[in-house]
Amino acid sequence: MNSLRDQLLGTWTLLKKELLRFWRVVFQTVAAPVITGILYLLIFSHVLDGRVEVYEGVPYMAFLIPGLIMMSLLQNSFSNSSSSLIQSKIMGNIVFLLLTPLSYIQLFFAFLVSSIARGMFVGICIYLIAIFYIDLPIVYPWIVFLFAFFGGGLMGAFGIIAGVWSDRFDQMAAFGNFVIMPLSMLSGVFYSIHSLPLFWQQVSQLNPFFYMIDGFRYGFFGQSDVSPYFSLGIVTLFFIVLSFVTIKMLKSGYKLRG
Amino acid sequence: MKKAIVFKNVKKNYGQLKAVDGISLPIEEGEFFGLLGPNGAGKSTLINMLAGLVEPTAGSISAMGFDVIKDYQNARHSLGIVPQELVFDPFFNLREMLRFQAGYFGKGKSNDIWVDEIIERLDLTSKASTNMRMLSGGMKRRALIAQALVHRPPVIVLDEPTAGVDVELRQRLWSFIKELNKEGHTIVLTTHYLEEAEALCNRVAMLRTGKVVALDTTSNLLKKFAAKNLKLRLSSKKIINLSKIIKGINFSIDRDFYTFELRKITDVTKIISALNNSSIDILDMETVDQDLENIFLKLTGNKN
Repeated sequence: MNSLRDQLLGTWTLLKKELLRFWRVVFQTVAAPVITGILYLLIFSHVLDGRVEVYEGVPYMAFLIPGLIMMSLLQNSFSNSSSSLIQSKIMGNIVFLLLTPLSYIQLFFAFLVSSIARGMFVGICIYLIAIFYIDLPIVYPWIVFLFAFFGGGLMGAFGIIAGVWSDRFDQMAAFGNFVIMPLSMLSGVFYSIHSLPLFWQQVSQLNPFFYMIDGFRYGFFGQSDVSPYFSLGIVTLFFIVLSFVTIKMLKSGYKLRG
Repeated sequence: MKKAIVFKNVKKNYGQLKAVDGISLPIEEGEFFGLLGPNGAGKSTLINMLAGLVEPTAGSISAMGFDVIKDYQNARHSLGIVPQELVFDPFFNLREMLRFQAGYFGKGKSNDIWVDEIIERLDLTSKASTNMRMLSGGMKRRALIAQALVHRPPVIVLDEPTAGVDVELRQRLWSFIKELNKEGHTIVLTTHYLEEAEALCNRVAMLRTGKVVALDTTSNLLKKFAAKNLKLRLSSKKIINLSKIIKGINFSIDRDFYTFELRKITDVTKIISALNNSSIDILDMETVDQDLENIFLKLTGNKN
């Protein structure tokens, strides 16, 4: 009989496997995005530091770091679940999961938590390297954690949807190139939306990435473009909606079970 | 006897195509059961529905009394499925892969001894720490069998397990699967190799276009479809129309050889008398046992 203990152990096993999967290729999954984030930091801060002051009393380099951390966190949370699923589907080894008693809730939980873990790990690495260059205290650590958790979870769930929906690597790449990258680049990582014309400020406020970045940044400086509580509400709402869609997809067996 | 698997009026349609068309099939606990049929007969669809990979259009399937949809978790605990394709996870080695698979079924560290035992029994000990990518095709095939066994399921389903493996490995797999059956596991085997079904299975179902066309014990099927054939080499010069000389007995011709399907032993006297009366010389003679392949070809209408 499938006991509660069996279910807990089953979920933990899948979570452990997913964590190990990205850890086995740590240069690709962690080192590469950390280096990319640091390069952004060095280049943009070299060009703009001292010339731009977005928040009063906050150097541009300091302003940039939380945005870069959150952008990397979001992209890597998405990559973790989406790449795991698309690879398993194309290699055919997804069948090993589908033959087990693991429920759709267990699958969702394991893929989601491993995605959040990878995103947070990449984010922490960028933070630890960045503080060698600049003093960057965190004013509200719990705000930072909440945005990191819900942002990573939201993108992990979106990654599951993309991984389940995609049948080919190019379809998966389209999510990255045409959805994730533009939305994250235009979310206010490198600027405050107050520096934009009114029309583009309004357009930016339709971008959920903006709320994730802005709220996360509030945790560092206690300053943001919009209320952090409003941002947290938007991020939580998106997290719930995407989780609901993901669970419905997994439950129906869409593109997984014939 | 308790039923290990029960298919009840199972149907699977893909648009207009009826891949499985109302199959009802009970498989007893401890049986070694064969599912035979040409490509497209519905064997793999039936197995995939049992495994929960495909949902039936109609009907129900149970494994060890558990419905594979309503009570899928308990049903899957009862089943060890060996997929047809050589799939593997390239991130892990064999032992890790087996331990993960056991973990999904709630088997923890205490199961590691069993995992190592399976690895040893399948002669994979030297490759236990080798990444799956580095294993040969035969090793990957054995790894798939090991994966199906890690949670000690009472029912093992092998979807063409010896497809593409060499003769030596096939014999080793046969003997391993036989051992599992002797240990009490119910075995369900789909295969294209009819000699495999003949050598291993107690009972077989032959499928054609999604329907069962024959279901019986292997020995009964062999008895039912003619006991023996009589193969004669005849002096061809004098043969004009053999079907007029020997009425009511089917035969086939291959160069000088004429193979007659014997319904009863007196058919031999009838054939020889008829040939003597027509002054046709018998140059050579032998009797040939009917095999499963002939029965299969007759039932499925597959001439290839």
